[in-house]
Amino acid sequence: MKVQILGSGCAKCKTLEGRVRQLAAKYQLPVEVEKVTDLQEIIKYGILTTPGLVVDGVVKSAGSIPKDDQLLLWMKGTS
Amino acid sequence: MRKLLEKYPVTSTAILFLLWIILYTALQLLADAAVALAGLPQGAHLTEAVRFFVFEVPKVLLLLTLIVFAVGIIRSYFSPERTRKMLGGKKLFAGNVLASLLGVVTPFCSCSAIPLFLGFVESGIPLGVTFSFLIAAPMINEVALVLLFGLFGWKTALLYMSTGLLIAMVSGYIIGILKLEKYVEPWVYETKAGHSELAEEKILFPERISAGFDAVVEIVSKVWIYIVIGIAVGAGIHGYVPENFMAGIMGKGAWWSVPVAVLIGVPMYSNAAGIIPIVQALLEKGASLGTVLAFMMAVIGLSLPETIILKKVLKLPLIFAFVGIVAAGIIIVGYIFNFVYS
Repeated sequence: MKVQILGSGCAKCKTLEGRVRQLAAKYQLPVEVEKVTDLQEIIKYGILTTPGLVVDGVVKSAGSIPKDDQLLLWMKGTS
Repeated sequence: MRKLLEKYPVTSTAILFLLWIILYTALQLLADAAVALAGLPQGAHLTEAVRFFVFEVPKVLLLLTLIVFAVGIIRSYFSPERTRKMLGGKKLFAGNVLASLLGVVTPFCSCSAIPLFLGFVESGIPLGVTFSFLIAAPMINEVALVLLFGLFGWKTALLYMSTGLLIAMVSGYIIGILKLEKYVEPWVYETKAGHSELAEEKILFPERISAGFDAVVEIVSKVWIYIVIGIAVGAGIHGYVPENFMAGIMGKGAWWSVPVAVLIGVPMYSNAAGIIPIVQALLEKGASLGTVLAFMMAVIGLSLPETIILKKVLKLPLIFAFVGIVAAGIIIVGYIFNFVYS
């Protein structure tokens, strides 16, 4: 599974990236975490606010830092 | 605390609100008591500065908490995606009016300015309408309004909001009729933005309350330090700088003061929280309201970092047009204020 964080350096983007990496390590999830900073790449996903969270090519959230349990559900692929 | 809020959101919010009112009404008493306890001599410069500080800091923080909470709830009804949908297909003028109004209530962070700009322009929203949104969103923010209301009263806050809206509407409209689309970087129109299918979830009211509390935690934790520093500087000016010291430089008599205030304000970068307490102190010492408001609008509405971010998508002539038109608007508003309040 591939988890991408879209954002070009806002504070929330870094927080979200840290959160995702932390959860992946803590629960030893088989996910590949990638930070996308290229603007043209970001807008291809059609989000208006950063950070964006993309799981296997599907936009899950934009402009906010989702709660840990929600993130975990997405990263486990159960929803 | 968090658990109680989640379990009984409405009741605990009501109790917190009651506490807020009690605290707010007792502020003057508490401040006087604190000054008396510290044993400072009556009427001395230092005493007055301290009294100003211990009264203003909790007052402004309390007001800020309440308004940010309310705005957090209001904003949970608006999202940038929804705003984009509402602006789609709108013509100039009507679009500019709507975009400026939505700029006030839609959650906005200047770090998202680029994706938002691209998303708007590519979905066919006219350039001028997009600019109306981008001008109104940072300039009219809840922190600025709270501070103006708390320190100068509701009339000034209302004037600031309405003239700010007017600048956003008119500037965007002018940018629209000047047909400046050719100065947008070509790749903007070449890249095809995707459309995310983020489901519009139904949000229940208790969740909006929690959105309000989230906003309080996020914003107050970020700006409180600027408020404390700003009020400390304000207190210093309040206690030490002689009356009418600013009248010669920033008073109504000096016609050049408005454009100079704007010229100084544009490259300065601060948020409303840091700038307003200083502004209040300047006013008290004889600076005129129009000059000071123009300065404040220039500082928070036009910022160098944001302009540099926009450089990625706009060519220089358009950036100059944007800064020039908005600055001109602010200068006109400054003169009007000076004229009305004379």
